[in-house]
Amino acid sequence: MASNKKYWKSVEELNPDSSVVETLKQNEFVEEIPVDEFLGDKESLASSSTTRRDFLKYVGFSTAAASLAACEGPVKKSIPYVVQPEEIVPGVANYYATHIADGFDFASVLIKTREGRPIKVENNEEAKAGAGANARVHASVLGLYDSKRVQGPKANGSYIEWDELDAKTAEAINAAQAAGKQIVLLTQTFASPSTSKLIEEFKAAYSNTRHVVYDAISEEEAVKAFQAKYGSRAMADYDFSKAEVIVSFGADFLGDWQGGGYDSGYAKGRVPQDGKMSRHVQFESNMTLSGANADKRVPVTPAQAKVAMAKFYGYLSGSSVSGELPELVDAAVKNAAEQVKKAGAKAVVVTGIKDVNAQSLALEINEMLGSEAFDTAQPKMTRQGNAAQVASLVDDMAAGRVGVLITAGVNPAYTLPNAAAFAEAMKSVDHSVVFSQKEDETAVLANYIAAAPHYLESWGDVEIKKGHFGLMQPTIRPLFNTRQFQDSLLKWTGNSMDFYGYVKNNWETSVLGGSAWNQALHDGVFMASEEVTDEVVAEEESAEGVEAAAVGGGMSAARALAGAAQEGMSLVLYSKTGMGDGQQANNPWLQEFPDPITRVSWDNYLTVSQADANEMGLENSNVANGGLNGSYAKVTVNGVSIDRVPVIIQPGQAKGTVGLSFGYGRTESLKTEMRTGVNAFTLYNNFNDVQSVTVEKVAGEHEFACVQLHNTLMGRGDIVKETTLEIFNTKDARDWNPQPQVSLNHEEVDAVSVDLWDEFDRSIGHHFNLSIDLNACTGCGACVIACHAENNVPVVGKAEVRKSRDMHWLRIDRYYSSEETFEGDNQTKDNMSGLGDSLSTFGEMELASENPQVAFQPVMCQHCNHAPCETVCPVAATSHGRQGQNHMAYNRCVGTRYCANNCPYKVRRFNWFLYNNNDEFDFYMNDDLGKMVLNPDVTVRSRGVMEKCSMCIQKTQKTILDAKREGREIKDGEFQTACSAACSSGAMVFGDINDKESKVAELKESDRMYHLLEHVGTKPNVFYHVKVRNTQEA
Amino acid sequence: MKKVTHRNSALRILGIGFALIFSFSTSLMAQEADPAAGKSLFNTYCAACHNLDRNMTGPALRGVGDKYEQEWLYEWIKNSQALIKSGDAQAVAIWEEYQPSVMTAFPQLSNEDIDNIIAYTMQPKEEPKVAEVPAGAAPQGGGGGLGNEVILAALALVFGMLVVMLFLVNKTLRRIAEANGVEFAQAEDEKRLPLWKAFAQNQFLVLVTSIFLLLGGAYFAYGYLMQVGVDQGYMPVQPIHYSHRIHAGENQIECKYCHSSARVSKHSGIPSLNICMNCHKNIVEVAPETATAEYSKEFYDGEIQKLYKAVGWDMNTQSYTGETQPVKWVRIHNLPDFAYFNHSQHVTVAGIECQKCHGPVEEMEVMYQHAPLTMGWCINCHRETNVKMEGNEYYEKIHEELSKKYGVDKLTAAQMGGLECGKCHY
Repeated sequence: MASNKKYWKSVEELNPDSSVVETLKQNEFVEEIPVDEFLGDKESLASSSTTRRDFLKYVGFSTAAASLAACEGPVKKSIPYVVQPEEIVPGVANYYATHIADGFDFASVLIKTREGRPIKVENNEEAKAGAGANARVHASVLGLYDSKRVQGPKANGSYIEWDELDAKTAEAINAAQAAGKQIVLLTQTFASPSTSKLIEEFKAAYSNTRHVVYDAISEEEAVKAFQAKYGSRAMADYDFSKAEVIVSFGADFLGDWQGGGYDSGYAKGRVPQDGKMSRHVQFESNMTLSGANADKRVPVTPAQAKVAMAKFYGYLSGSSVSGELPELVDAAVKNAAEQVKKAGAKAVVVTGIKDVNAQSLALEINEMLGSEAFDTAQPKMTRQGNAAQVASLVDDMAAGRVGVLITAGVNPAYTLPNAAAFAEAMKSVDHSVVFSQKEDETAVLANYIAAAPHYLESWGDVEIKKGHFGLMQPTIRPLFNTRQFQDSLLKWTGNSMDFYGYVKNNWETSVLGGSAWNQALHDGVFMASEEVTDEVVAEEESAEGVEAAAVGGGMSAARALAGAAQEGMSLVLYSKTGMGDGQQANNPWLQEFPDPITRVSWDNYLTVSQADANEMGLENSNVANGGLNGSYAKVTVNGVSIDRVPVIIQPGQAKGTVGLSFGYGRTESLKTEMRTGVNAFTLYNNFNDVQSVTVEKVAGEHEFACVQLHNTLMGRGDIVKETTLEIFNTKDARDWNPQPQVSLNHEEVDAVSVDLWDEFDRSIGHHFNLSIDLNACTGCGACVIACHAENNVPVVGKAEVRKSRDMHWLRIDRYYSSEETFEGDNQTKDNMSGLGDSLSTFGEMELASENPQVAFQPVMCQHCNHAPCETVCPVAATSHGRQGQNHMAYNRCVGTRYCANNCPYKVRRFNWFLYNNNDEFDFYMNDDLGKMVLNPDVTVRSRGVMEKCSMCIQKTQKTILDAKREGREIKDGEFQTACSAACSSGAMVFGDINDKESKVAELKESDRMYHLLEHVGTKPNVFYHVKVRNTQEA
Repeated sequence: MKKVTHRNSALRILGIGFALIFSFSTSLMAQEADPAAGKSLFNTYCAACHNLDRNMTGPALRGVGDKYEQEWLYEWIKNSQALIKSGDAQAVAIWEEYQPSVMTAFPQLSNEDIDNIIAYTMQPKEEPKVAEVPAGAAPQGGGGGLGNEVILAALALVFGMLVVMLFLVNKTLRRIAEANGVEFAQAEDEKRLPLWKAFAQNQFLVLVTSIFLLLGGAYFAYGYLMQVGVDQGYMPVQPIHYSHRIHAGENQIECKYCHSSARVSKHSGIPSLNICMNCHKNIVEVAPETATAEYSKEFYDGEIQKLYKAVGWDMNTQSYTGETQPVKWVRIHNLPDFAYFNHSQHVTVAGIECQKCHGPVEEMEVMYQHAPLTMGWCINCHRETNVKMEGNEYYEKIHEELSKKYGVDKLTAAQMGGLECGKCHY
């Protein structure tokens, strides 16, 4: 029955006289709709000759015309060389050996160039020192094509000629010399024999010259300790492959500790061979890569780390060292000492504590052990900075005692804690010249910006380790009107030689010792054999002399350390794997590179332990679109505060400590998108990475771009299979590497034995497989960037990453254990009973443990032989090749994304936008300069298509073609993917399993081999090796 | 244009001088020396550095017999350096002018040979024959087209006149008939339905016709759409009129001499201009017989001048000026970016003739796209073509295994996996 109810829209309707109600009866809207605003001037509208019908005609015509015009192909021009350089064949890549030495990263690399354009960085296999390029080095090639580079010398914001700069500088130098003012060269660590010689010559020419070496992130304590003991300003080198026990006190040696580059040696010792692998104990505050890889990680505050180290020395030397430590930590220290003692020369102890005592003590301990992993004869030269001189320089500048300031490779106005004072002091310098690739924070303060070339445009040499020489050669003509610092010094000392000639001359007279220059240039590296052996003898003698004194020294150092105590919170500053010291802040690859530990991109943040976060009310939460949000905190150190630092709750962060990374918060010469994070250098007082801090919550929520929101494995031990060395050695493989079972005819059988599909015969020709050893993978992320560079993977920006639209073809998943260990997780899961219990327990398992075990797992397309994606594609855009690769034909794809939905590994990426030629994505693919980095052998994808790892089919096809052309068989090791070639730790091995002699075929037969989600029956061509942890306590 | 000369023997040669004991030997030589033999010798030994009428590496040689003595010439040609060293004034003068180019010694030439060569150089210059075709029409080639149009117009006119005449005759006949009282059977006509109405009423016919129309329309629409982006026959005008007919056809220059990167690279490569100059340093003009009705000798010579301009070659000083203007060729064969094609795979590994895809290039005056370059075209070839495996160690094992599997001796590219998407699309 119909109701007579009357519905009132508002109370107003009860009022019979309401004008509003009356108006509403007539009109839908109370106010007149402002049509004028969008139709513009009524008059002109009325007088317009375009009627609606005309308008429609125009639309129709232009649509038709546009579609017709689209049928006509554009005219393409081809412009050949006038005189083609002999070594260049269009379409064939050339490789040149060179070195990066930017003051923070030092590595020996090969540069792949196409048609004269450097497009990729590869590892230089010839090199013994600096052989493994890290993620930043792999990304450095993009810096060459940075549109923010300064294109010529500048003064007062406008471009000038070099002659003018030269004349003015010469004048200023002479004036300073005459007035008795200082001429200061403030430079990065070059570690370059030729540059050192040149600077000496400059000093000789101008006696008032002072050379100040400045490292943005200082390792001075290590250098000082080494100098005190061994006489030269350098750092001891370590070969972790020779160590059976590694104990680290706050040294993130898989990160940037003392220049880094220790991954490959470390990884060698981590792969169990003949039942043995190294044991790694880490005492640290922040969760670092080293801590994540350690067998036992003990979270300690910086003060505790000092005490722990002192007590460790005590236990080791059998003398008593007092000092307060929590019981568990003390036990761990004792245990570590036992193990080190047992291992003797096969043990090594390292420390990252910024304290000369601690550094000396580490040297002392290794000396005492006679550690084989410890190398003082050929120490590393890559950190030479002198903090005291930098400090006094700022004073001198402010006092007007500096006549000329020339900087090269440094950016003190950004990296100095007292940057404001430096900026002020710059004003008192009569003449300042800044050699810089960018108009960075320091450059904008200077009188003159001397445009410096990128390292790929420069000549130079470098001595990463003593006796290990390397050459730097240009791989492209300078893109801009730039000139090297060294060339300028030559000019200013009146030397008519260029730096190339100078280096060559210097090498021929004092380095090569009769060997061929061309060979050295070709290899990129040169080992001075004889000279070094001489020096070894000499240094060993001196080392012996010091030893007697050092024993007492060790004890006193230990006592000094043991007194350390902490009040309140400690801030531990660190450098992130992606950003380092922030030189490459305008590099979108690195900005988008997810941090291996937190998996956050485009940001730095305060890492806080869960307990401290609870206390301070700091929170992390996920919002509906999958984004991660975090509270802001105000961080104050020594009166200087940063107001809004986003907070990440970091499992494993030692209670009472917070972490913050360098390299962010830059303001100058950056594209808007790259202006991310906060500048931690402002808190870096006295170049000490540990600071006493107060943290308080402030209002607001930060939106992170985090690519992994679920952090724990939830006891799914079949994804990252783990076992302990003991079980690995004593039990059957089926116990620690169980095969998934399924029920067939009511019987449990191996999942791999049941199949929906017929097997395709792949025994003929090549069959590619990629092996990933979870023991060797340190999570360094070099492969991620290498993949980016090789495959033209677009950068999508922070907002898109937050929406989970990141395009990385290769990701490194990082898992925390919910219990103390992953094994504990598995037990918890197995012990669950009933729905109620499982719901609540699973809920708890979503939270990582306070000090979790960590596992890294690189995941890319698994190239399943029975691929779920292939069967659901309605247009057959993805299909399988005989060689085992899952092909993706972009031009065929219509973008249904069924494949991505059906992929159990979630490795397919969808192009939501046109990322190239699109100013909405102002990273590098939208400008002519940035596009030069693109690999011409790989399609640049358009909007609306799916993409994913191709197993670098362009590389395998090239290898095959080369062999065909030369009429030979392919040797093992020739097949490489970008990731396997970039992996210096040897975790990724690629090859042809039909070649039974190949390494990958051997790895596939290993007991440790397993496939990801094997029970799904996808038969992947990527396989993993069970992670083994050496949990053996002493 | 047949001036591909002997680069091997073309070491820098010094100019020649001459003098003749004209009075004594003219008659004798005129009888004995054979200019025809001399021409062939000249082309074999001298033409790399000498031209009759133009200074090249060495001086112009026409009339050289008048300038120097015969005996001196014998000595000079057989070993010029020795003559210079001996301090001969004439020889030293030439050396001063042309050094450091050293004239190759020709001890193998007999005095008789040299006489023949001199005789050839003494021939008067041939006046170029005046072209019979009016010069303006030559490169145009439009004359034929115009003629067709005229004929068509004439035909149309005739046809129109016929129609008018028919109409007039009909009218006249009708008038005559009316005058004669003949009646037309109009009534009958009115009863009959017009054809189109009858057609419209026959539904079956309408159905069938529309089906045919639709099918026909679809056929043509499909045909039209399928040729979108297919540029078969694309023949753009290039900045320099480079004739493959002359180079690859008449002069039989191997394709990979210029397109050398086809052997090792994915690109066949457009030769850089220094490759052109390997030959064109010496070849400044085409032979008269190279010219065709369509393109005159002057036209071709002009094109060579364009090359000199682009590469910055000064003919007078025989040196590079350094002012270059890279040539912006119009690219003819455009594969889309998502298709990977590698020349070396096909040229070097498979040993396929260039003509297989590029057509009769040696006959092309203007280069055009011969093949459709569609995926179907690629695939068909991969299905039909046997892989050339003989003597290639790479294929040995795979050939043995695959031929066992398929039970055949020869394997096609398709059987090798040449149809897989990822082999060309990545």
